[in-house]
Amino acid sequence: MADMGEADQAELQRLVAAEQQKAQFTAQVHHFMELCWDKCVDKPGNRLDSRTENCLSSCVDRFIDTTLAITNRFAQIVQKGGQ
Amino acid sequence: MEGGFGSDFGGSGCGKLDPGLIMEQVKVQIAVANAQELLQRMTDKCFQKCIGKPGGSLDNSEQKCIAMCMDRYMDAWNTVSRAYNLRLQRERANM
Repeated sequence: MADMGEADQAELQRLVAAEQQKAQFTAQVHHFMELCWDKCVDKPGNRLDSRTENCLSSCVDRFIDTTLAITNRFAQIVQKGGQ
Repeated sequence: MEGGFGSDFGGSGCGKLDPGLIMEQVKVQIAVANAQELLQRMTDKCFQKCIGKPGGSLDNSEQKCIAMCMDRYMDAWNTVSRAYNLRLQRERANM
């Protein structure tokens, strides 16, 4: 059976981890597109105007802010519930 | 030697696996999966934007809309990608 030295195995793990991180990034972009396309794009034209571009960028930031806000508040709620 | 999807999985014929060659194939498969995901979502969004009441066939305006929609979807994808990347950098700088 074919085998790999320890060094190669470690290298492979490192490379796979890097690809996994890239894949996670891509998956998140797909998710943002699900929400932000509907919010920001009306009728597709010949190009994206600056208003649409700004909307898309803001959408990403505001979604992340929302995630953080919910995470923080939920932690508070759970903490209060435990007392 | 280097193969496509099913062949000689990164082996050099001497029984030793090469991480580099394995990763080449992994990257190709990831890219293919990503393209499929992109097309699936793009199709849904552009169908929603471009086709009103479904008729007997796609008329000229609908076909033009679909073509433009595809281009705009990819532009939007790039914009979102850049924004996300910037945000990640900002968060890392704050840590």
